[in-house]
Amino acid sequence: MKKLMLGNDAVARGVYEAGATVVSSYPGTPSTEITESLSKYDEIYSEWAPNEKVALEVAAGASIAGARAFSAMKHVGLNVAADPLFTMSYIGSNGGLVIAVADDPGMHSSQNEQDSRHYAIASKTVMLEPADSQEAKDYTIKAFDISEEFDTPVLVRLSTRISHSQSLVELQERREVELKEYTCNPSKNVMMPAMGRRRHVFVEERILKLKKYAEESGINEIELKDRSIGIISSGIAYQYAKEVFPDASFLKIGMPYPLPDKMILDFAGHVHKLIVIEELDPIIEEHCKALGLKVTGKNKLPLCGEYSADLLGHNLLGTEKGTYSLNEDILPVRPPVMCAGCPHRGFYHAVNRLKLIVTGDIGCYTLGALPPLNALDTCICMGAGFTAAHGFNKARGSEFSKKVIGVMGDSTFTHSGITGLVDIIYNKGISTVVVLDNSITGMTGHQNNPVNGFTIKGEKTKQVDIEKLAYAIGFERVRIVDPFDVDNTVKVLREETKADEPSLIIVQRPCALLKSVKYNGCTAVDQEKCRRCMMCMKIGCPAISDIDGRITIDETICVGCGLCTRVCKFGAMALKEDCKVEY
Amino acid sequence: MSTKSIMIVGVGGQGTLLSSRIIGNALIKQGYDVKMSEVHGMAQRGGSVVTYVKYGEKVYSPIVEKASADIILAFEELEAARWISYLKEDGILIMNTQKINPMPVIIGAAEYPKNITAKIKETVGRCISLDALSLAKKAGTVKAVNVVLIGVMAKAAGYDKDLWLEALGNTVPARFLEINKKAFELGYEVD
Ligand SMILES: Cc1ncc(C[n+]2csc(CCOP(=O)(O)OP(=O)(O)O)c2C)c(N)n1
Repeated sequence: MKKLMLGNDAVARGVYEAGATVVSSYPGTPSTEITESLSKYDEIYSEWAPNEKVALEVAAGASIAGARAFSAMKHVGLNVAADPLFTMSYIGSNGGLVIAVADDPGMHSSQNEQDSRHYAIASKTVMLEPADSQEAKDYTIKAFDISEEFDTPVLVRLSTRISHSQSLVELQERREVELKEYTCNPSKNVMMPAMGRRRHVFVEERILKLKKYAEESGINEIELKDRSIGIISSGIAYQYAKEVFPDASFLKIGMPYPLPDKMILDFAGHVHKLIVIEELDPIIEEHCKALGLKVTGKNKLPLCGEYSADLLGHNLLGTEKGTYSLNEDILPVRPPVMCAGCPHRGFYHAVNRLKLIVTGDIGCYTLGALPPLNALDTCICMGAGFTAAHGFNKARGSEFSKKVIGVMGDSTFTHSGITGLVDIIYNKGISTVVVLDNSITGMTGHQNNPVNGFTIKGEKTKQVDIEKLAYAIGFERVRIVDPFDVDNTVKVLREETKADEPSLIIVQRPCALLKSVKYNGCTAVDQEKCRRCMMCMKIGCPAISDIDGRITIDETICVGCGLCTRVCKFGAMALKEDCKVEY
Repeated sequence: MSTKSIMIVGVGGQGTLLSSRIIGNALIKQGYDVKMSEVHGMAQRGGSVVTYVKYGEKVYSPIVEKASADIILAFEELEAARWISYLKEDGILIMNTQKINPMPVIIGAAEYPKNITAKIKETVGRCISLDALSLAKKAGTVKAVNVVLIGVMAKAAGYDKDLWLEALGNTVPARFLEINKKAFELGYEVD
């Protein structure tokens, strides 16, 4: 039976059909749906780990213990998981060990545009790269087989357009795979210098065997048609290239590391002009050049951003298209915003009253960086919200530090905020740090996490108590506030930033999109009372606009959270109960 | 048959994703190779969202390129204007006349362009504009705007009606099916 499937669901289906039994991941766009989809298969144990390093280590342990194990993450997640990856390359696998990593060319929802293929090269493992959903499933299954045959972790590289596009997939039955036997084997599984030295030799030999596999297994394919142009491409870029050059000859790379030297040379010998089409870094191109080939590639195509058939047509063929256009100057952009009812909005409003410097972090609350809130000073990577505040403290001293707060969400806190707390206490910092606890991992589309006390399957579990944890680490000032009680939030922020000791503020209010959150009715503006002071416009709520001189609430957007009623000094905003839109 | 392309554009939260899934489901039933592309994450939070549906004998890229959409379903006026260069010369633009202010407009840093519908009608060959929100309310829920627009599209593109009603049955939860069928019919009746 053929089914239209999201690339991510197809990877999950591959993990299922391959008989895997243990999955541990951390969410990250565009990889998240892989693990969400896996959590629906009862035959597979799945979990959200607090971060990618933990996730990969759990999968590594499961593999050594004999299970087919899997972990999925976004490109920057692999930075966090790089440490176990590099040493698991030496240890190899017992049960197959497969890691899906999703890149985000064009940065649809990421903070950078790194190319994960570098990790396969640097860790001397293997990488496969599917070009549609069918291949996403097939390559995932193949990855488990390669992992076991060659004793290596295998990376499956995806990109936003593969992960988030749907195409037809042929479904098969699940293979039932027995646990591999487990025996204690320190020379393979305990990496100390003596063992590591021997395993490094093994790793180098393994690459040679994998190169042979790359030549012979059919994972890379040559399709000879018109010989005047030969294109080497992989992943989604291959699909764009096929559209622009339907008659050209192709070498489609399904395994970007290690690359098949003989096939590349053979293909180059058959065609007149060689073009390498790959998004982001020139990895295949540099490899071709090292083989002594002359290629067209990044001299014509960009290093930045994602490709498209239009871009290839324009840069390689000089195609110009006539298009419809409106005689309109620049259209206003529509950036993402915090939702109506978002608890983060109340918090940033309080922060802005005190004009604090905010070392921020990654999550829905990063959107506070945009107008009209303009509240963030930094956003580096998950965890840096707290540690960068400590850096400000040590760079500019205690008095300056009293104007700085470090901010991160609940999921980010268990991902990599705890070590930052330890650093502040241990090194005598005085920073005020804030956890924005909205009871969910919001930005990636609502995943449960250790702070909200539910598992990936929605089962109740123990809840990490941030307050007790902070006390245990050595914080003596821990406060809990409701961000919609703006006045109190301002008061607490003022008190804690003034203190000569470090403090933690837990800002608690659940995400407005959670099913358990019920706000009633929506807000209406009493035009008689409104003085047009524009205070309500400062909170940046998408439901409030100033239309033709009247502050107006869009009832299809307003959820009735009431934040604006607390911000308005003239009582012009009031909740009305009877305007709920019908569903 | 050459590959056909449909683009669905709107604002995060308007239900554009569900409509591409209904469309995809209906097209597979007709035996086509189908590819669809959507972007999750940041785009959903009230941002500008685009989904692509392509179908034919063999589809390579899931992305619709400039001047190649046979149909654009626009859920909002400004978004219709933003993506108009993707419409083929003889393509059809189906446009909901709803306006949703983006943040730069809300805070007064930009102005919502005036008379978009009229300007678009002057520019493109074929444009159907309608107040799909009112029709959806009439069907019983503001959330059915997407299905109203699919109804309009099915009629305008000459697709077989029953196939679409069946696709609705396959994609929409049973308890909402009646409301959605009504929304489809209301869209189908639009000239
Ligand atoms: C290393 C790494 N892993 C994953 C991500 C993807 N990611 C971005 S924000 C986020 C979660 C944020 O959740 P939370 O901290 O609870 O804040 P919320 O979005 O709920 O406000 C994740 C997983 C990332 N950017 N970096």
